[in-house]
Parts: sequence; C-alpha cells; structure tokens
Amino acid sequence: MVRFCLRRLLTLIPVTLGVTFLLFSLLYMTPGDPALLVLGPEATEDALREFRREHGLDQPFLVRYGRFVYNAVVHQDVGRSYITHRTVASEIADAFPVTLTLSIGAIFFATLMGMIFGIICAVKQYSIFDNVAMVFAMLGIATPVFYLGILLILLFSVHLHWLPSSGFDTPAQRILPWIALSSVSLSIITRMTRSSMLEVIRSDYIRTARAKGQKETVIIVKHALRNALIPIITIIGIQFGHLLGGSILAESVFSIPGVGRLAVDAIKSRDYPVVQGAVIYLALAYVLINLLVDILYTWIDPRLRTRYR
Amino acid sequence: MIFPRKNSNLYLTLLRLKRNRLAVFGLAVLVMLLLTAIFAPRIAPYHYATQNLADAFEAPSGKHYLGTDDFGRDIFSRIIYGARVSTQVGLFAVSLAMISGGLLGASAAYYGGRIDGIIMRCMDIFMSIPQILLAIAIAASLGPGLLNLTIAVGVAALPDFARVVRGSVLTISGQEYIEAARCMGASDAWIILRHILPNCSAPIIVQSTLRVGQAILATAALSFLGLGVQPPYPEWGGMLAASRGYVRDYAYMTIAPGLAIMITIMALNFLGDGLRDAMDPKLKR
Amino acid sequence: MDQQQRENFLEIRDLYVQYHTDTGLVKAVDGLNLSLAGGETLGLVGETGAGKTTTALAVMQLIASPPGRIAGGSIFLQGENLLKKSKEEQRHIRGGKIAMIFQDPMTSLNPVLPVQEQIAEMIRLHRKADADEVLKKARDMLSLVGIRPERGSEYPHQFSGGMKQRVVIAIALACNPTLLIADEPTTALDVTIQAQVLELMRELRQHFNTSTILISHDLGVVAELCDSVAIMYAGRIVEKADTKNLFRRPLHPYTQGLFRSVPDLTGNVRRLDTIAGLPPDPTNLPPGCCFASRCNIAEPDCSRSRPSMIEGETGHFAACFKLGKRGGV
Repeated sequence: MVRFCLRRLLTLIPVTLGVTFLLFSLLYMTPGDPALLVLGPEATEDALREFRREHGLDQPFLVRYGRFVYNAVVHQDVGRSYITHRTVASEIADAFPVTLTLSIGAIFFATLMGMIFGIICAVKQYSIFDNVAMVFAMLGIATPVFYLGILLILLFSVHLHWLPSSGFDTPAQRILPWIALSSVSLSIITRMTRSSMLEVIRSDYIRTARAKGQKETVIIVKHALRNALIPIITIIGIQFGHLLGGSILAESVFSIPGVGRLAVDAIKSRDYPVVQGAVIYLALAYVLINLLVDILYTWIDPRLRTRYR
Repeated sequence: MIFPRKNSNLYLTLLRLKRNRLAVFGLAVLVMLLLTAIFAPRIAPYHYATQNLADAFEAPSGKHYLGTDDFGRDIFSRIIYGARVSTQVGLFAVSLAMISGGLLGASAAYYGGRIDGIIMRCMDIFMSIPQILLAIAIAASLGPGLLNLTIAVGVAALPDFARVVRGSVLTISGQEYIEAARCMGASDAWIILRHILPNCSAPIIVQSTLRVGQAILATAALSFLGLGVQPPYPEWGGMLAASRGYVRDYAYMTIAPGLAIMITIMALNFLGDGLRDAMDPKLKR
Repeated sequence: MDQQQRENFLEIRDLYVQYHTDTGLVKAVDGLNLSLAGGETLGLVGETGAGKTTTALAVMQLIASPPGRIAGGSIFLQGENLLKKSKEEQRHIRGGKIAMIFQDPMTSLNPVLPVQEQIAEMIRLHRKADADEVLKKARDMLSLVGIRPERGSEYPHQFSGGMKQRVVIAIALACNPTLLIADEPTTALDVTIQAQVLELMRELRQHFNTSTILISHDLGVVAELCDSVAIMYAGRIVEKADTKNLFRRPLHPYTQGLFRSVPDLTGNVRRLDTIAGLPPDPTNLPPGCCFASRCNIAEPDCSRSRPSMIEGETGHFAACFKLGKRGGV
C-alpha cells in the first residue's frame, strides 16, 4: 500500500513537468510584448530592453523554461509579478486558501447531499421524491455556475436581503458561493449515486444479506453503499476538477479574491508569471486530488488492494 | 443513408430514439436552435448592434419581447444572434476535438507500444489541468475572437475524445472478426475504416452530443470572463456578464440569456442520454 | 417434536405468487401445495421457469415487491403461518429458522467484506454473543465446511467458486436453521467441485439434522441426496413421492418424459427423448392441465379443468386425470 502510494507520488513529477511545459509554451506563444503592455506605450526603448532583460524575456524559449524549472525546484521561486512586484508564491499564498475553502466546501456539500439524495432516490425508486429530485438534477446539470450565482444573488441578496452578495470572509458570505459552485456536482453525484445504488441493490449479495434477516437500513449502508461507492468516488474526483475550474467563475460572480480571479485578472493585464503560477497550482491541486481518489479506491475495493500489495 | 434500410442498426436506433419523448423534445429544440442561428437576420426583429439610448432598460413588452439592455438594444434579437456563436463554437470545437482526438486515440490504440505511451502520456498531461482552466489558458494565449475561442474549447475537449476512442478501438480490435479480416490480408487502413470505426461510432456519437453542451458552456464561461467573443457581438455568456451590473433593477436582462444557455444544454443532454439508450439498449437502466 | 409437528413441519397451501411485468401478469406459482416432514430432505425438480426459485423465495419472504406479490395461500412452519407474521418477526425467522443457499456463489457474497464477517453477521443477528464468540463461531463454521479458519479474513475474490459456495453454506448453517432451502447449489460449479459440495451437504445434513428443500433440475443429484421428490411444472406440483418410488415408477406423463430425456448409463445406448413443445406462457396459463398441450396421452377433457393430486399408490401422488380413470398411466 505504501509502495503503491509512493509510486503514484513519483508519477507526479513527469506530470508536473508536462503541465508546466504546456503552460509555458502556451504563454510563450501569446501575441503582444509583455514589456510594452506593462510599461505602457510611452516607455523608452532602454526601459523596455531593461524590463525584458530583468525578466529573462530576451532569452530563447528552452532557456527560459529551464530557468523557470531550476528556480522553482532549487529556490522554490516561481517568479515575480510584473505589476505588483510581489513574488508569485506570496500572491498565491494569499489566494489559494480562499479557493481551497471554496471548492472543498462545495465538493463536501455536493458529496454529502448528493449521496443522501441519491440513496433515497434509489431506495424509493419512482416515488415522488425520486421524480422531483431527478427533475432538479436535470436542471442543475444544465445551469452554469455563473448564471446560478447571479440568480442566487438576485433572490437571496437583492430581494430577500438574507445573505451578502460578495466576499468570502464570514460564514454568511460563503453560503451562496458554495451553493452556486456545488449545484452541478450535486446533481451529477445524485444521479450517479442513484444509478449505482440501483444496480447494487439488485445484486445477489444484497439478497444474501436479506436472507440472513438483516435490517434494511443496515443492508443499504453496510452492504450496498460500500459497493456503490466505487463509481461514485470516480465521479467525485472528476467533479472536484470541474469545481476547481468552476471556482474561477464563482470567484468572479461573488467577487472572491481566490486563485481563479487572480489568474483571470493576470491574463487581462498580461502578468504572465502570475498566470503561470496560478494555473500550475490549480492543476497540481487537481492532480493531488486524483491521487487521493486512487488511494481511496484501493481502500474501498479489496479486489484492487490485493493487486497492489 | 437518408432512408436507412429496415432492420439496419441505424433504423433500429432511430426507432428506439423516437420512442424516447425527452430525446425527441431535445432534438426538436436543437433543430429550432440551428434554424434560428442560420436565419438569425431574418428572424430577429432588430439588428444585434442597433442602439437606441432613448429606449434603454425597457422591460419586456410587445415591442421588445425580452426588453432592452443598457444601450437600448433589443435583447430578444441579441439572443437570436447569440445562438450563432453558441452553435458555431459548439459544433466546430467538438468536430475539431472529435477528429483530432479521435485520430490520436485510434492510432494510440491501433499501433500500441511506444506510440500509445507517448500519445496517452501527453493526453494525461492535458487532462491534469481542469478543462475550463485549460480553455482559459489557451484562449488567453491566442487572444480573443471567435476562431480562437473555438480552438481553445476544442483543444480542451480533445483528450476526452482520444481516451474514449482509444478505449473502444482497443475493445474492438481484440474481437475475432478483426483477427479474421487481418488473416484475409486486409490492410490496416481498410480494417480501421471498414471494421473498427463503424463499430465504435456509438460511443463517439454519444460523447460528441454531450460534449457540444460542454463546449457551449465553456464558450459562455469564457465570454463571461471576458476572454471569448468581444462586444458588441452578442454571446449569451457575455450578455450575462454585461447584465450583472444591473441585476438589482433590471433582472430581466440577466434571466433571458441564462435561460437560453440552460435550455440548449438541457436539450443536448436529453438527446445525448436518449442516443446512448437507443444505441445500446443493454445499458438502459 | 411431536408426531403432528414432525408430519407437518412445513406446509404450503394454495400458494399463488405473481409478478407484474411489462408483458403482463406472470403467474410464477399458481396454486402450489407442498408439505415437508421434520428432518426430511425434499427434492424440488422442474424446468427453468417452473417456479422453483419463486417458491423458495416465497418461503423466505423475499419476493421482491414490486414487481412480485404473494397473491394467496398460506405457508405454515411448525404450525405457524409465516405470511401472517409482522415484518420484524419475519426478519428473525429469516436466517434464524429458515436459511437459503443461492444458486450462484460467484455473486452471492459481498465483494467488499471479509468472508468471516459475512458469516459473523448472520450469527450476530440471531444469537446473543460477544464479538470474540461470534468471530470464533464464524471461524468454526469455516472449518466445518472445509476451509482453513485463517482464511476467514480474506475476501470473496480470493476464493474459487467451490470455496465460495462452501462459504455460502457456512453462512446458511451458521445459526443452525430448522429449514434449509438450497437453490441449485451446484449448478454453477464444475462437475468435480459439484461432487465435493454435494458430499459436504450430505455430511452437514447428518450433522445438523436440518430439514432441507433441495431445488434442482438434475435428477441425479436429487436421487443421491433426497428422501422424497416433488416435480414442479408451470407453477404447481404435478407429482410427489418417495425418491425410491418416484424413480422406480413415475406416474405423471411429464415426469415420465423427464426421465426419458436423461441418459441411462446402465441400460442400452438409445436415442434420448425430448418433451415436445414448450412450457405454457406464464402470463397466460391454460384453464385445464398445463401439460395437456405437450402430453402424448392427453384427451380433450384434460384441457377443461385442473387435475388435482391423486394417490396412485401409497404415498405417491400425481396430478393427472388419466391416473384416476385407470388407476395408473
């Protein structure tokens, strides 16, 4: 098990290198001269040259990439913002916890409610609850984060004055962003839990458990749910990736100072080191989550556990 | 293949699809959407950019079915023109992803070994970036514009296609009739075109339908963030972003474009789910 | 157990079980009467779809509802009607008094739980014991069915098919049930493994003295293990007798057909007969004898009303009009 985890951790190295290389080349291809954009059109030719030299922009692509990786690994330095002149690491250190709180809160909410709803739907298939929940799930999947966000603000902030429409410091401020961001995942997890549970409930070993005289609630939780969890966890892992992406939109709607907003603002002002840092951190978070999901699998499914022993 | 033969696979699939009311409804909505996009100039009562500041912020009425925006432009007309962007980006981005991703996936599966390893590791790297983030990064590097938007959304969706196609090709090339064709001396190209592709079309078609919805969502998201289609050309996500400042007083400006996105996505999901059930009745719950 | 209870250990009267499906109302069990004496092993034989498993599930109170429903009749176990019991009482009878071995050992065990836990669960539900005792009992059960107790902490996928069926048997017998229903316990297994599992079942039957219903379509298995045999056709019992009597002289035309379709290794090599036609559509059972359309001695009268069981010879019953008319077919 430990060896399996270590091996999976080692695969992170090439993936991280690949991700950084991909982003580096994307940003390298970007039209427009950062020096000109940052310093403005009145800047002297000397100032421009000095800016390019200072940020290594006059170097060839591979040298720049090599330097970036070297600095990142040896000095834990992923560059400095062109605009604020703060280190990218410190910019992200401010924003990252916010994004994590937002997306972990949302995935937690989506998982908890999605699994509860999904289980009820499966156990009471074709009931009113099931039908209503499935209609809402269909609507939820089709509603973009940013639209739902605006609608929530319209209802709960503008009309009812119950909750604030922006910020992310107080618990009250967090409720609407969490709901908006989790709704798509909540819908998908509900549907997945329902269909996975329905399949498991019909299986022979559930009948065996009933034949033992086991209580129906215990059968659902102890026998059915653990087997149904395997596909559900896959979906949760995928959904976490979507949530990290979606957090960019939620941060924009609710004016939350997270990594996503940092990245979008940096893109608009051509602050490439910040764009790079922000995207790399988000991608790394996603890769780590996937690793966690893989480990969870082996914990839940003994068939995988023996394979990796 | 306009009139499919009876008992052919396509005929049976269509028959099953016809019985699924939600799928038929989805298909009808999508056909309407496509027609709207094509004939936008004829349907729309106003031009999308016609400003009339005297009529700004007008609530929905007989004159402006969905009201007017901050520049006095007719929101109904702008939504109609907005369908053009969504359908174009949706269709072209997914075609791009399907063709390039499909080719990559198929060659990875067919040739296997080192080629498979290289292609799939690259796809892994693409997939370790959340899709919308990848689209944002590509859109940022290419700059704004419809074509760049299409490329960004398409490339972001590419790895999924590569994986789906690789998976189904691997399953199918293991089948005995492929072995049989090879024994008869059929060429690689013949086997791929005649035997493998037709047999893995079902998952590809289903994936594509659902993907168009994702692509339209991504398009709207990028425009919402200001990285997609540039004003004044209307795009639903962009319209939503523009309406945000007025949500307190003129909520109708926000409601309409969001509903347009929702209905489109839902129609695509209905059709995609219906197609999946129709093509593989065994999978039906 | 007094004489009365021994005679009527299990008694099923006029049992009707129906499933509501898209194609109509399936009458899976249609007026079934069957009784079992204490300590007896009864073979329940019939084709696929004859309603054997449905009968077993009805006794277990495990008919899935919807789509299934017990539409009528009664099931008495030691004089008590199981169908009149509350859900909670039924739950205690399941596993505690009546246990079942299912057909496919590959899918009957929960893949994410260690096998000893799956046996322990049964013990915990029906016996008062602390955790250590439960675990010890579970491991004892494993060794009783011929599996090393140390393997108890392993998972089902680490066992072979025959071993899994041994685990299933251990679960079923863990609480020493008074009635055991084995639904084709060896059908899914290899022939050599079949013999081992049958041998095990024979030993355990002697060990526990459990009354058993053995569902099978394999006449050979039934001949080896059972005291008496009931032949089932289209949701009813058509013939019932001691194993010896039934094999010596089958009375019902269906049973006779069944025997002609089995290769006879002691006799001469001959062409195997088949029973022409198909069993009736369970959504549309004929009003008369269900076998009439396939029977080679049927008369027009056979299709008018249902034949009831007639005692052809002492303790040997069959549901055939011809038997009543001539005192034998």
